[in-house]
Amino acid sequence: MTDNPMIAFRDVQKYYGDYHALRGISAEIRAGEFFSLLGPSGCGKTTLLRTIAGFEDISSGAVLIDGKDMANVPANKRPTNMVFQSYAIFPHLTVAQNVGFGLRRDPRSKAEKDKLVEESLEMVGLTGYGARAAHALSGGQRQRVALARALILKPKVLLLDEPLSALDRKIREQMQVELIKLQREVGITFVLVTHDQEEALVMSDRIAVMFEGEIAQLADPETLYRRPNSRRVADFIGVMNFLPAKVTGESGDTITAEVAGLGTLDVATSQVSMAPAGDNAAVGFRPETLTILYEGQQATDREAPGTIDEVVYYGDMTYYDVRLDGMEKPVRISMRNVFGRPVLDVGTRTRVSWSPGALVLFR
Amino acid sequence: MKISSLKLYALAYLVFLYAPIFLLPLFAFNDGTIIAFPLKGFTTDWFAKMAENDTLRHALTNSLIIAVTSSAGATILAVFAARASTRYKFKGKGGIMGLIMLPMVLPDILMGMSLLLVMLEVLRVNLSIATVILGHVIISLPYAIAVLQTAFATLDQSLEEAAVDLGETRMSTFRLIVLPLVMPGIISAFLISFTISLDEFIVAFFLAGNQPTLPTYIFSQLRFPSAIPVIMALGTCLVAASILLLSVAEFFRRRGIKRTGAKDTGGFL
Repeated sequence: MTDNPMIAFRDVQKYYGDYHALRGISAEIRAGEFFSLLGPSGCGKTTLLRTIAGFEDISSGAVLIDGKDMANVPANKRPTNMVFQSYAIFPHLTVAQNVGFGLRRDPRSKAEKDKLVEESLEMVGLTGYGARAAHALSGGQRQRVALARALILKPKVLLLDEPLSALDRKIREQMQVELIKLQREVGITFVLVTHDQEEALVMSDRIAVMFEGEIAQLADPETLYRRPNSRRVADFIGVMNFLPAKVTGESGDTITAEVAGLGTLDVATSQVSMAPAGDNAAVGFRPETLTILYEGQQATDREAPGTIDEVVYYGDMTYYDVRLDGMEKPVRISMRNVFGRPVLDVGTRTRVSWSPGALVLFR
Repeated sequence: MKISSLKLYALAYLVFLYAPIFLLPLFAFNDGTIIAFPLKGFTTDWFAKMAENDTLRHALTNSLIIAVTSSAGATILAVFAARASTRYKFKGKGGIMGLIMLPMVLPDILMGMSLLLVMLEVLRVNLSIATVILGHVIISLPYAIAVLQTAFATLDQSLEEAAVDLGETRMSTFRLIVLPLVMPGIISAFLISFTISLDEFIVAFFLAGNQPTLPTYIFSQLRFPSAIPVIMALGTCLVAASILLLSVAEFFRRRGIKRTGAKDTGGFL
């Protein structure tokens, strides 16, 4: 990986009239990485993507691609290509004409271009589809045509605007894997916009989580999941149980906190998120870091008694809502349904195993 | 068989609409100068007389020139207006579009009178078929715009962005992507303007000077009972031509839809 970023945002601001869509975005996207912009609708992620493509002017700041300021470079001259949410397949052209559209101004011979189109179709698994009418394709096939069309120009950056949101779950998961493989194969920087946190976690090298025109956290998927820097990010990425906590002492690398239902515990400073968590501090647990102890099982670290409030069966997993003794709100616990492990009933008294090392303290 | 009252109503409705048109060929082929039943023998004389009539041919030529030119003009202007109104936001858009669409609801006689005034007193030009063309562009423009607005509004904007993204300029994008996709709308707009112009009477009456157009000629001939069978023959030809034209237009519209895989939202037929 080179030191120079492929894309650099320098304090990018964007106003639509009075509406402040991008509030000072500064970030860098490395060459060859699979980068995702993740956030709820209206957070500005698509707007940010479109500033890279050149479809959106910025009010102030700068967008640099491969070290070059894009301020006066129009969309048709930028080294980026885009896969649109609607795929934007030209309905009056054939598949081959769609894929080869970007080669229109290319000086190479027709035979060479035809060969390129054929190679691109092969790359996305559509060999032999060239002569078909583009409008007769299925959603998954359109997506592949859009990909081939965008990649044929060998852009420095491929921009993907919610490319999988219109597909069925099965095809979507298949395309996720194919996109990752494709990105490794071509080595082009991919920037993906998505509102689906699972998709972002599965596909990305790094993710920028955005809320209200700002980047809340930029990190690799594991850090984002294990060490979210705010309650909001934690809440957006997967499921997080929040328990009200009170910080009672600090010494060196350790913070002592009192948590309702769990008692007093020591937390390493590396587990602490300093982003404001409102008036009260809280600790957060992911559902899989908590374990329900069956008869005769020993806790690996600590345990707390409780009662099962709700059972949601998912086939491979079961989600339990367990109300720990002395707490108002139940915590969510996920258990794998390994062979021989019975699904427990609502109302069962149980013990929950937990470890202070698995939590995040928000203060 | 029991026929419900609604069916009967629908039937009566259709008879009322179309029966008068069927009378045209009936009397056009009737061997008699008086338009009345009972019918006499079969003849094609009236069609022969129609073909020999120089004034009629002159009126027909005038009308065709006016219709083709004015609908071409109206369609081109409508492409710009419809594109602007569906794609861009600008100050005073509502007012401007409202003014352009106004002739649709304005009485033709007002249009005719005011245009006559403008031609004679303001522009000081001689009345000719050129002035009729100008008038017809103004009155058919709103209809052409209405048709084209639908065509442009259903166009996915990301198609244009995709073309720009792939290296095309705005102009070449318009030519390569937008134009082919709105072509069915352009053809519709042209045909609607064409029909409006071809049978337009009032504005043509005011602005044509001493030049006959088909409607003004037909109207002038209605005073002479002996000319009426020829008018019937002419009417028959016009009905046949209209049916042919609409069929061709519908054929192209359906083919266009089939090509782009768009949903058929209904055409003229």
